[in-house]
Amino acid sequence: MDRPASVQPVISAKDLCLTFETNDGPVHALSNIELTIDEGDFVSFIGPSGCGKTTLLRVIADLEQPTSGKIAVNGMSPEEARLNRAYGYVFQAPALYPWRTIAGNVALPLEIMGLDAKEREERIARNMELVNLKGFEKKYPWQLSGGMQQRASIARALAVEPKLLLMDEPFGALDEIVRDHLNDQLHQLWAKTNKTVVFVTHSIPEAVYLSTKIVVLCPRPGRIYDVIESDLPRQRTLDIRETPEFLKIAHRVREGLKAGHSYDD
Amino acid sequence: MTTEAAVRPLSPFAGLMSGTIGPVLVVVLGLIAIWYVATVALNAPFQRDIYARAGQTDVPFSQMVADTLAQERPVLPSPHQVAIEIWDTTVNKKVTSNRSLIYHTGITLSSTLTGFVMGTLLGIGLAILVVHSRVLDKSLMPWVISSQTIPILAIAPMIIVVLNAIGISGLMPKAMISTYLSFFPVTVGMVKGLRSPELIHIDLMRTYSASEAETFWKLRLPYAVPYLFASMKVGIAASLVGAIVGELPTGAVAGLGARLLAGSYYGQTVQIWSALVLASVVAGSLVALIGLLEKATLAKMGMNR
Repeated sequence: MDRPASVQPVISAKDLCLTFETNDGPVHALSNIELTIDEGDFVSFIGPSGCGKTTLLRVIADLEQPTSGKIAVNGMSPEEARLNRAYGYVFQAPALYPWRTIAGNVALPLEIMGLDAKEREERIARNMELVNLKGFEKKYPWQLSGGMQQRASIARALAVEPKLLLMDEPFGALDEIVRDHLNDQLHQLWAKTNKTVVFVTHSIPEAVYLSTKIVVLCPRPGRIYDVIESDLPRQRTLDIRETPEFLKIAHRVREGLKAGHSYDD
Repeated sequence: MTTEAAVRPLSPFAGLMSGTIGPVLVVVLGLIAIWYVATVALNAPFQRDIYARAGQTDVPFSQMVADTLAQERPVLPSPHQVAIEIWDTTVNKKVTSNRSLIYHTGITLSSTLTGFVMGTLLGIGLAILVVHSRVLDKSLMPWVISSQTIPILAIAPMIIVVLNAIGISGLMPKAMISTYLSFFPVTVGMVKGLRSPELIHIDLMRTYSASEAETFWKLRLPYAVPYLFASMKVGIAASLVGAIVGELPTGAVAGLGARLLAGSYYGQTVQIWSALVLASVVAGSLVALIGLLEKATLAKMGMNR
């Protein structure tokens, strides 16, 4: 696809490699990754365990250092992007601090950013409402269900007001029903705010439902097997999962996962 | 039928034993019973000597038991002798009198608490240094650990003498021995606590590009609070031991340690034991106090699940 030269991609990776040195020899977590993510994209990384999808996300977030190759986030190095607080990161677990209330947890990054109390209050209120947690400000994490805790952690990431949201299997530990609900909410949130989202998952329906672009990875060495541009409309509801267009994309993802895996078992 | 079975009491003591008081009381009563038996057994040889010297023969067993429990300087005083001595030296003496156990306890307690506060602060300070510097971790930790391998009884007199030589006397030398004993558990506990945040929490701070100081105040320190209280419980008991040991070489002027020393000079076993019992009551109360403080702090932090 052609793109105007003036539009800078949010993320661009060229020939990116990451090798972990272990006692059993080198592990090639990422090998020759070529990837471009544009503003407003919702990109899912999907693949079996050990394919490097989380590692790739952590490289973007400057939580891991690549061994070779180039990667830019907003045209900067990942470290500069991190120091500029260019992204919000949602982990696999909620990672809420147990001694802080939900509002206190959402306030954490805002305190570190040095925002004043009034601005903090506003952002907390706005983002708690966005994830449907209004009224739970004074509760402690353990008083909330797993799904609510993960929503609180999303509110915490959103409160930074990043243009880029990195999400590492945020709904992996939740049951199907809660997951459907949160997928729907996340989709609406993305459609409303026009953020760029990079989303790691190992659920095919989740990836197809949410994404504008699906990156299929395969393991040993971790590499990109297929990149699928979704032609589903931007506005979707969960019902779209019954349509032939949806099933066609899901099928292609499944074939990609199968093919990427076939050589070793 | 079923309701009858449900309301049938298990035993008359079922209600009593379900709380904390019941079981504790049973253990205490058991210990006192063992103590009485031991008192009779240990004091009997001396009592037989007395009878032999007085030419008394055929003393009835009941008489002998009564006599062994009422010796003036028994090998092991009986619980009620100790109880009477404690009552006599606390309630019946003015607090300012140097024959009052409360006076002596107060002396010991003041150096215990001073030493404990200094030890806790020192322990926290050392832990912060150790956690934030690899060099200090490698160089300081072995010294911290080896400091505790030196018997306190050997080093205490030297500390007192050296500090006296440079003009520090009174409360401070004793408090410093308490410090010496109590900083260790706090250092070890806090190092563990400050290092205990999960990787995911540290990564989170990294994504906010938080400074090392912010990570410390907002993540490591709150995380270490339960560890701090656990080690403070050990530390405060060690502080009391330190204060008592510190009183032994000072020439026995005042304090529970002085009472122990004076008691052993004059063979006043009842005095020794009453000081010992009081010391253990004080230690138990101090640990309980830290426990209450812990409960209140964790409740305030919302971690009182």
